[in-house]
Amino acid sequence: MITDADVKKIEAKALAIRTTIIEMLAAAKSGHTSGPLGMADIFAALYFHVLKHDPKRPDLAERDRLFLSNGHIVPVRYATMAHAGYFPVEECLTLRKFGSRLQGHPEYHMLPGLESTSGPLGSGISEAAGYAYAARMDKKTFRVFCATSDGEHEEGNTWEGIMFAGKYRLANLTAIMDRNNIQIDGDTEDIMPLEPLADKYRAFNWHVIEVDGHNIREFVDACEEAKSIREKPTMILAHTTPGKGVPTIENDYRWHGNPPGKGPTDKIPADKQKEVFLAELEGKTV
Amino acid sequence: MIHPDAKLAENIFDKPSTASTREGFGKGVVEAGTADERVVVLTADLAESTQAHHFQKAFPERFVQVGVAEQNLATVAAGMALYGKIPFINSYATFSPGRNWEQIRTTIGINNVPVIVCGHHTGVSVGPDGATHQALEDIAMMRALPHFTVIYACDAEEGRKATIAAAKLGGPVYMRWARDKTPIMTTPGSPFKVGKANVLWIPSPRTEGPSLVNTDVAIFATGHLVHNALLAARDLAEEGIETTVVNVHTIKPLDEETILREAKRAGAVVSVEEHQIAGGLGGAIAELLAQKMPTPMEFVGVHDTYGQSGEPKELVEYYGMGASHIKEAVKRAISRK
Repeated sequence: MITDADVKKIEAKALAIRTTIIEMLAAAKSGHTSGPLGMADIFAALYFHVLKHDPKRPDLAERDRLFLSNGHIVPVRYATMAHAGYFPVEECLTLRKFGSRLQGHPEYHMLPGLESTSGPLGSGISEAAGYAYAARMDKKTFRVFCATSDGEHEEGNTWEGIMFAGKYRLANLTAIMDRNNIQIDGDTEDIMPLEPLADKYRAFNWHVIEVDGHNIREFVDACEEAKSIREKPTMILAHTTPGKGVPTIENDYRWHGNPPGKGPTDKIPADKQKEVFLAELEGKTV
Repeated sequence: MIHPDAKLAENIFDKPSTASTREGFGKGVVEAGTADERVVVLTADLAESTQAHHFQKAFPERFVQVGVAEQNLATVAAGMALYGKIPFINSYATFSPGRNWEQIRTTIGINNVPVIVCGHHTGVSVGPDGATHQALEDIAMMRALPHFTVIYACDAEEGRKATIAAAKLGGPVYMRWARDKTPIMTTPGSPFKVGKANVLWIPSPRTEGPSLVNTDVAIFATGHLVHNALLAARDLAEEGIETTVVNVHTIKPLDEETILREAKRAGAVVSVEEHQIAGGLGGAIAELLAQKMPTPMEFVGVHDTYGQSGEPKELVEYYGMGASHIKEAVKRAISRK
């Protein structure tokens, strides 16, 4: 379903998106770094291959809907939307600043192309499920996607939504979990163990596909497979590396909630972080 | 005397018909669903006691059961409203908006989508279930949220009309409902407009014209306690104390024009509600008067305590919201002029 050339093109987009993420977070001087970098491949694949959408017509009735439950990783969505043509890439530098459409956590009415407001964790799967339920009532054929984090599976609301989507067999709903194993205070399995996540979803009557969240082809194939499952919703459990692409940040939970310039300084001094990370993205050392 | 424009029912003092306000919701939501097929109804395992089962029977394909999960109730409804539906969500108010307030704030309030949050079983008049099920803080919680309209009908008939009106507002609404059967004061001909308070009682006798200058106190009441306010007004009139009773069914947006006008005429006011005095109707009126027309004010409501099991009427009396308490409050208000 996807050619090698397409994969290469998406990988190049993912690199550009990561570069923008570093630049926008450094300019904002606050925000989350690990999650957005870790989800750059999946967002590139969504916006440049999987989703039916039109950047020039964000309210297109037939568009696929993408809910973002873990709103704090919204820099990856903003950066991807900018590179897809929803707005100029330069606008990304207004992230979190007064008057910007790019709110620290996504706000529905501020920017065309968002499907809802999010930030407080645990609500997205229910919202996406409600949307998918309503769309099915009216026999709509678009698909509803929901990106969610692993940490927010500590929220009761998340499981209520999973139970609801399972009960109503919402086959038009595909959720994608950023299984990066970190949250603000540490590793998920130390803070509040989540495993066995795949078995839990299966027990709630979901179809589960586990993928390497940095393998474009695997992810795109999983989205195709989800379309073919007619009797239940699908969870694409994407194993990702937090901070992917920047070795200094990768797998270090201390970067979950800090931007370049404000993160841990034991490896890179604060004033060098942006420059070093941009170089690391290109495979260089400074 | 009863204001003729209010077109109230006959015999509201002696032998009133009774019904719970939630019964008015049950009827109204079926009418709203008949008028607009975007209307959907959700409940968290309380279809019958919220009266949502009437809609379930009429429109099974537009009824959604989410199980005992109030956070899911709010967020599924938000998703449906983002799509284009008009969801009414039903549970007891201590659970919704009590348990799911943040979900309501973020996914309904900030999103500014037309979900009608129906908080049932409010006030101590819930009765035997006790404090856990007697919502006394819900007006405060919902009045504080931008974009929300807050409506508390005085009887079943007004509740029916309010439900139909809420479905047409196009934004988030909180509707407060009560369990117990209470007098039906209004009629199909009584005026009802969201945001427009209704004067139900005026000083008598009136010589001519609409002059109300001899009013001693303006009583602003909301919900079924409007009936107690009318009982108090009648008794006070016999004692020579003239009052105006205003049914403030819409707590947000507050009908500032009517409230300021009546407060000015009376020079002293009393608020009446089955809710904590912190943050309810009284709070809303006090905020308005403090800014625009400082006026002596007394508050009839629950004074910083939780309820308990009992019969509805004995609890309303015990917590100081009977007609006699309203009369005392009126006299205190006069003494402060």
